[in-house]
Amino acid sequence: MEGFLPPMWSAIWYVLSGIVVIYGVIQLNKITKEQPEVKPLLAVAGAFMFILSSLKLPSVTGSCSHPCGNGLGAVLFGVPITAVLATIVLLFQALLLAHGGLTTLGANIFSMGIMGPLAGVIVWKILKGKINSTWAVMLAAIAADWITYVTTSIQITLAFPGNDPMTTLTTFLGIFAITQLPLAIAEGLLTALLWDKIKELRPDILLKLGLIDESEVPNYTSSLNTTNGGAE
Amino acid sequence: METKHIIMILGIVLLTIAPLVMHYGKGEDDGYFGGADGAAEEAIVEKNPDYEPWFSPIWEPPSGEIESLLFVLQAAIGAIIIGYFIGYYTGKRELTSH
Repeated sequence: MEGFLPPMWSAIWYVLSGIVVIYGVIQLNKITKEQPEVKPLLAVAGAFMFILSSLKLPSVTGSCSHPCGNGLGAVLFGVPITAVLATIVLLFQALLLAHGGLTTLGANIFSMGIMGPLAGVIVWKILKGKINSTWAVMLAAIAADWITYVTTSIQITLAFPGNDPMTTLTTFLGIFAITQLPLAIAEGLLTALLWDKIKELRPDILLKLGLIDESEVPNYTSSLNTTNGGAE
Repeated sequence: METKHIIMILGIVLLTIAPLVMHYGKGEDDGYFGGADGAAEEAIVEKNPDYEPWFSPIWEPPSGEIESLLFVLQAAIGAIIIGYFIGYYTGKRELTSH
């Protein structure tokens, strides 16, 4: 989509995304200093976006699109840090694959790194503690993926409203949002699978980040209690 | 791996295969399985015939082969990182549990 956003819109999205990314870099420095044990999870969240955004999957509409992988980062680290991770992925794709683009980088960070993750965080916050974290993560990832493409459709409509903006929006939603629905569900399932693996292997980090409570990892907590009991 | 995980994996596989079955026999030449972003570019040009993209990619993969090489590289980098950490912590946990 390189060059397809008029310069004014390109600049607007750069400024908006830039603010969040800068704030994300500050947060990233802070969390890696204060809680260095989260570094592996940061790497995994970034790597997950790397993989997912490289997979162009077929959809029921007969066109292909790629998932985003932004829901995992959003749940684990919030919006600003996910925006930084998205920037890395989008730069890779813009520079090496001519996919996305430099003039559209700000707009793409805004949809994939900010609005999508924000939707994921909202879904996660609403469901957290009410249902098992696996399903809350799944739904958060579906929301993050889907809202990313809804945002893209709105961004293009803002730049090219035409005579009737609503019809234009419907056209672009038809291209992006409908294609993306089944892909978002697949992404939600995959994110939940990885989440369960993380929960199995490093429940301590998830507990420390305040993402799950001890009732979700009974084996881990009881094994801790036994160790503590033995030491006393 | 629990039963629910197997069902989740099956779900992902089904969601990916279903479009291929639904549109069986159709290909790129019939307008199928192209990128949604390409479709959006077409729609922009169609509705705004006077619009000229004002910037082109500074570098483009010279062929489809090179492009797929770089896409695979991207996925491989991600997969190595995730596989490394999952393997590392699985091994560590097995060692400590003995």
